[in-house]
Amino acid sequence: MRILIKLRRRKRLTLILLLGGSLVASLFLASAFGVVTISFIEILKMALNKVAIFDFPSTWRAVDETIIFQIRLPRVIGGVMVGAALATAGVLFQGLLRNPMADPYIICTSAGAALGATIAMILPINLAFLGFGLVPVAAFCGALVTVILVYNLARVGGKTPIISMLLAGFVVSALLLAIMAFLMSMSERLNLNLHSVYSFLFGHISVTGWEQLAVIVPLVVGGILVARFFAFHLNAFSLGEEGAASLGIEVERDKILILALGSLLTAAAVSISGLIGFVGLVVPHAVRLSLGPDHRLLLPASAVTGGAFVVVADLLARILLAPVEIPVGVVTAVIGAPFFIFLLRRTRREYAF
Amino acid sequence: MIGLQIRQVNFSYLNGLVLQGVDFSIEAGEMVGLLGPNGSGKTTLIKLVSGILKPGRGEIRLDGSSLGQLSRKSVARRMAIVPQQFHVSFAFTAAEVVTLGRFPFLKAFAEESEADRRLVSSALELVGVSELKERRFDELSGGERQKVILAMALAQEPKLLLLDEPTAHLDINHQVEILELVRKLNVERGLTVIAAIHDLNLASLYFNCLILLKEGRVLADGPPARVLTEQMISEVFSASVRVEPHPVTGVPHIVVIPKDGNIKQQ
Repeated sequence: MRILIKLRRRKRLTLILLLGGSLVASLFLASAFGVVTISFIEILKMALNKVAIFDFPSTWRAVDETIIFQIRLPRVIGGVMVGAALATAGVLFQGLLRNPMADPYIICTSAGAALGATIAMILPINLAFLGFGLVPVAAFCGALVTVILVYNLARVGGKTPIISMLLAGFVVSALLLAIMAFLMSMSERLNLNLHSVYSFLFGHISVTGWEQLAVIVPLVVGGILVARFFAFHLNAFSLGEEGAASLGIEVERDKILILALGSLLTAAAVSISGLIGFVGLVVPHAVRLSLGPDHRLLLPASAVTGGAFVVVADLLARILLAPVEIPVGVVTAVIGAPFFIFLLRRTRREYAF
Repeated sequence: MIGLQIRQVNFSYLNGLVLQGVDFSIEAGEMVGLLGPNGSGKTTLIKLVSGILKPGRGEIRLDGSSLGQLSRKSVARRMAIVPQQFHVSFAFTAAEVVTLGRFPFLKAFAEESEADRRLVSSALELVGVSELKERRFDELSGGERQKVILAMALAQEPKLLLLDEPTAHLDINHQVEILELVRKLNVERGLTVIAAIHDLNLASLYFNCLILLKEGRVLADGPPARVLTEQMISEVFSASVRVEPHPVTGVPHIVVIPKDGNIKQQ
């Protein structure tokens, strides 16, 4: 018995190291490749010089250092944040709603964010806040307002049954997307730049400097830590709401907290990347299949995997058809959809409720 | 030791009254069976006692304090519930499900301790399902699931155990096994037990106090010999029965009499 536990812990440790390693590898890959290729060793030396422990003689061009530290690294770290936030939000929504199909999109955060962004693009105001334009902030507000709306619509007699939550999500989502389609069809009269709407709709990691990250990184990392606090709660929620209540969970309170946390993480991601699909759906699934459903492990592992996934997808988006950049949401969909279908067919039993 | 008072409790779902003026007390260490036809309010009463539902009127007191004033966690440290139907989403193993019983005792971010793990494996052992612990819960049979959930409830180290039809979908051997185990815990550890139960004969055999419900009211309350009378049973279940002493134990034993008295006699 004890040996078994130890073995399992060692397996967990190996997997965690493996995941962490792949995240670091993806960071290096994504920093190295692009319109100009910079060698790994030079990147490592540059980074170590920055930490000020080392002082390697510079064998690289000054412009390379600018490319790494001012362009690629902010974008790559932005990608990690987007992926980690979306995957964590996916785990939270799936665990809470006991629905493996739930993800930031089904809970409607995406449509809300998209509409918020579109409206901001129409408004003739040009504000900037900590490096953010009005568009991401409006996306953020749109996501939160929509989740609150969906949650309140779904409440029946002081409770929030999962089915009514999903139905409310579908209805609100359809309505919001219809409003968006309307606004887009009126684009000429409304002075709406369709290109920027499209780029938002299909996902594009638009981190242009470190100021944005100074807001996003604490938000996402803090959010993931708080999510980890709720991990065992989510395990208990797998018994259903009454089962969770009988184990000592304040169901209604914790449900609201977890929903709000998931929305916050989604909104943080959406505000710098637009809509990137499949991360919140596919990553938690793949991790659950390999590590099991225990949220205490699933949450951090999904965050790391999600980060690596988006970084690699964004790298592919940049280099596949360079100098043309593919929307990163297209890349995640092309990788994610077949993978999801594969999972669905392999483990169909798990979707029986 | 735990005592439970139910004072003039009314409860209604959105579509109508389910419980009316329910009033009784249960002493620590009692083993109480709730009887009554479907829809008589047994499950609702169990959920009210567990605090999952709140009474519309009246009060439920646990150890002298009102249930509504206690936090969920402090209630969960004292009582565990084994519901009738149980679905666990995602592919948790039986051991992981039983570990959830330790939830009320774990601190934030905490992994379960060695002591928690020992409690989990002794609960699995007590219920006799140790060999299932690495199996996936959703692949177990109905009886096995029921036992794993019972193990989860026991891992909670409750002083009061609530069971909602613990034997409803089980074969007779599993029914007897579960009731024997619950009674053993009641006798040896002083565990207070309240169980909704369908089978009148099993109720008579294993419980020393029975509460008979009809349409949300308590009709009779007392030892089996006082509750399980021919008149009472025909009034509540509108079935004609004869009550005889059990051939071995002497407790009331209910024999159903077909409406058409000689239905199978040739």
